[in-house]
Amino acid sequence: MSAVRPPAAPAPDGGHILDLDDLGVVFTTETGTVRAVRGVSLHVAPGETLALVGESGSGKSTVALAAMGLLAGNARATGRAVVDGTDIVGADEEQLSGLRGKTVSMVFQEPATALDPLTRVGRQIAEVIRNHRRVSAADAAARAVELLRRVGIPEPEQRARAYPFQLSGGQRQRVVIAMAIANEPALLIADEPTTALDVTVQAEILDLLRRLAAETGTGVLLVTHNMGVVADFADRVAVMYQGAVVETGSVEDVLLRPSHDYTKRLLSAVPRLSVSEAAGGGDTAEPAGAGSVGAGSVGAGSAEEPAVELTDVSVVFGRGKQAVHALRGVSFAVRPGETLGLVGESGSGKSTASRVALGLVAPTAGSVTLFGADLARTRARARRALRAGVGVVLQDPVASLDPRMTVGECVAEPLRVHRRTLSGRERESLVGDVLDRVRLPREVARRAPRELSGGQRQRVSLARALVLGPRLLVADEPTSALDVSVQEAVLEVIGELQEELGFACLFVSHDLAVVQQFARRVVVMRAGRAEEQGLTSATLLHPETDYTRRLLAAVPVPDPIVQRGRRAERLATLAAGRTEEQG
Amino acid sequence: MSSLTSLDTPAVQPELAASNTRLAVRRFLRNRLAVVGLGVVVFFVLFCFVGPLLYSTDQTHTLLQQVNESPSGAHWLGTDAVGHDELGRLMYGGKVSLIVGLSAGVLATVIGTLWGAAAGYAGGWIDAVMMRVVDAGIAIPALFILLVVSAITTPDLSGLVLILGLISWLVPSRLVRAETLTLKNRDFVLTLRATGGGHARAITRHILPNSVSTVIVAATFQIADAILLVAYVSYLGLGVQPPSTDWGGMLSSGMTAAYSGYWWLIVPPGLAIILVVWAFNAIGDGLRDAFDVRGRA
Repeated sequence: MSAVRPPAAPAPDGGHILDLDDLGVVFTTETGTVRAVRGVSLHVAPGETLALVGESGSGKSTVALAAMGLLAGNARATGRAVVDGTDIVGADEEQLSGLRGKTVSMVFQEPATALDPLTRVGRQIAEVIRNHRRVSAADAAARAVELLRRVGIPEPEQRARAYPFQLSGGQRQRVVIAMAIANEPALLIADEPTTALDVTVQAEILDLLRRLAAETGTGVLLVTHNMGVVADFADRVAVMYQGAVVETGSVEDVLLRPSHDYTKRLLSAVPRLSVSEAAGGGDTAEPAGAGSVGAGSVGAGSAEEPAVELTDVSVVFGRGKQAVHALRGVSFAVRPGETLGLVGESGSGKSTASRVALGLVAPTAGSVTLFGADLARTRARARRALRAGVGVVLQDPVASLDPRMTVGECVAEPLRVHRRTLSGRERESLVGDVLDRVRLPREVARRAPRELSGGQRQRVSLARALVLGPRLLVADEPTSALDVSVQEAVLEVIGELQEELGFACLFVSHDLAVVQQFARRVVVMRAGRAEEQGLTSATLLHPETDYTRRLLAAVPVPDPIVQRGRRAERLATLAAGRTEEQG
Repeated sequence: MSSLTSLDTPAVQPELAASNTRLAVRRFLRNRLAVVGLGVVVFFVLFCFVGPLLYSTDQTHTLLQQVNESPSGAHWLGTDAVGHDELGRLMYGGKVSLIVGLSAGVLATVIGTLWGAAAGYAGGWIDAVMMRVVDAGIAIPALFILLVVSAITTPDLSGLVLILGLISWLVPSRLVRAETLTLKNRDFVLTLRATGGGHARAITRHILPNSVSTVIVAATFQIADAILLVAYVSYLGLGVQPPSTDWGGMLSSGMTAAYSGYWWLIVPPGLAIILVVWAFNAIGDGLRDAFDVRGRA
C-alpha cells in the first residue's frame, strides 16, 4: 500500500485550500445574459468536505467549474476564487494547467464520458501523473497500478490493461477517482460523483472518497442535489438557491436545524426512507431465514380482477451467444385502485417489465393479461381498444412531449386516437378539464412544451395519460429527472387523482424512499428476477432477502446522525460477510 | 440533473418561449455566406422570371445578320451563333435550369423522405431490403444512368425532372431513415403506441414533422445537385433540346466558339451555374445552423 500522505501544509489563505470571495458568473447567451452565480463566498479547509447543495439551475455546478477555471467560453467570472494561493479568476491558461490535476482535480458525474474510450485505463492514469511530474513511463505505470489498488479495484495489474468499456460503471468511477488523486491534490472537486450510479455502488464510492480524504487530508468540494449523500459525507454544507448561497453551516445544523426558509422547504420535500427500528438499533442478528413471515401472501388476497397481470414472463433480447435475458420468469399483478412499486438497480429489468405490461415488448415466454384479456391472443383492433384504458408517463420530461406540437395537441392526442367523433370544442373542453386536474392553467394548452419547466411538462404527460380516464397508469421513473420539490408536487397530484379516479398504478422507480412513500405493494427486481414482493410496509421495513436488505442499507438518509449509525452498521455487516466468505 | 444544461432551465425560459422562429432566423442571418447565397438566388429568380419583361429579346427566330456580335449597347452581352441576344438567352435558359433544378430537387427529396421514413419505421428485414436497394443505387454513378436514359429516350422537360428525381433520392432517404430510427424510439412515440395509437399517426404526426428540418436542408442541397446535373447532360447535348435551352446547353454551344475568342458565350452561363449552385449550398449550410434542434429540444 502507498504511504499515507500527511495532511497538506496549511495554505497561505488563512489555512483554506479553497477560498471563494464574492464570486459571480454571468453567461452570455443568444437570448441575453444570465447571472448564474451571485456573490458566493465559501471556503474549504484541508481535510474538510464542504457540500454545495441546491436544485437544478441553482448554480452549484457553475461554482465548481469556476473554481477549476473550467467555465465555458460564454461565461465571465468576477470576484475571487483562490486555490492554494492562486486566484483562478483572471489566471492565464499556463497557471491554470499547472494547478489542475496537481493541486486541484475534479471527479465528474458521468464516468462513461470522463474516460477516453480508446485508451487503456492504466495509461490514462499514468498520463495524468506524467503531465505534472518527470517520471519514467514504467514508474508512472507502476504508480497507476498502485492507485487502482488504492481505489479498490480488484486485480489492478490486469485491470490497468482494460479499456473503460470493460469495466462496470462503479469501477469506471473508481478509475476517474484514481486519476483525480494521482498527483495527491490538496483539493478535490466532485460534481455529483455518484448521481449516475446505483445506490449500492454509490455507498461504496462514498466510502472510498471518505477514506481517501481522511488519509491524505485532501479538502473536498462536493456538489450534489442528494441530501442523503450530504448527510453521509459532508462536514459542512452550503445551500444554493438561484445563484446565491442562502445558508452555510455544519452538516448537523443545516440538515437537522435549518434556519433559512428555502432550506426548510427543500428538506421537507426530500422523501425519507423509514427504516425499521429493530435494525436501526443494531440488531443485525435478526434471523435471515425469516421465511415464516410470509409477507408476500398478504397482498394477494384481493378478489378483484387485476388491471394488468404478468405471469411467468421471460424476455430475451437477441439470440445465441449475445442473448440478453432481461426478464426471467417474472410474475406480478396490479389491482384496481392500488399502486404497485417496481424497484431495482439499473439493469434489473424493471423498465423492461413495465414495457411488457404496456405491450411494447412482447414476452419471449409467459403471458400478459391486460384488463382480463390475454394480449397475445387478442386481435390488433381489440388490443388497441384495450389500450385506451392505459395511461403512460415516462421518465424524460423533454422527450415525452413532441416538440412540434402544442401542449393542447399533446394532451388531446389520445382523444384523437380513441374518440374520433368528438368535435374540436368538446375536445378542447376535455383537455381544459384534465389540465385543471393536474393543476396547470388552461392557457398552457396553446403553448409549446419547451416553454414549460420539467415539472410542468411531467404534469402535461400526466394530463395526456389521464384524459381518457384510464384504468391503469404506468409511470416509469416519472419524477427521477425532477428536483425534489417538484417531485413532491407531481407525486401529490398522481396520488390525489388516483384516489379520485381509482385507477391502478404501476410505478417504476430506483428510489426506494419514493416507492415506500407512494406504493402499497412493492416488487424488488434484481437481474431480471422478482427478488421479493409484498406489502411495502412489510417488505421495505423487514426484508426477507439479503439483497433487499443490502439495497436498503445502501440508501443514505438525509440525517447525518442516523446515517452515521447506518453506515457503521452496513460496514460491519459487509466485514462480517467477508470474513464468513473467507472462512 | 446537474452540469451546464440545467443552467438555462429557469432563467432563459420566458424569452426563449415566443421567439423560436425568430431565433432560427437570427441564426440564419448570422451566417453571412448563407445570406449572400439567399441574395444570389433571389437575384437569379428575378433575373430569369421578371428580367424578360424589362429586357425583351427575340429568342425564337434565327437572325443571321447579327451572329456572334461582341457586347454592345444594343446587345449587352453580345449575340450567339444564331443571332440570339446572349443576355436574353441567359434569362431564358436560366428559367429552364431553375425550374428543372427546383422540381427535380423537391421530387428527389419527397421520394427519399417517404422511402427513408418507411424503411426506418418498419425496421427489421424490410428496412434491410429497402436500404440495400439504396446502397445498390448509390453504387451506380448517377451521371451514367442519366446519360444512358436520356440518350435512349430524348426526354422533354418533365421527363428530365422525373429522371433526375428518380436517380437522386438516395442520399435524402438515408438521412431521413437515420432520423426516423431515433424518432421512433422517442418517448412521445412510445407513449402513443402504448396507448393504442396507430402507425400512420406515429409517422404523419410525429416522425415526419420532427424530421422536417433535416428534409429541408437535404432539399436545398438536392436542388443544387440537380441544377448541376441538368447542366452536365445539356452540355453533352442530351438534355434540353433546341430551340429551347438551359445554362448547360448555352455553355456547350459557346464552347464551339471558344477558340474564336467569343468569351461572352462562355463566361456568363458558366458563372451563372457556379453562382446558383454555390448559393443553394450556402443556403443549405445556413439552414442547417438555423434548424439545428439538437441540444435545444
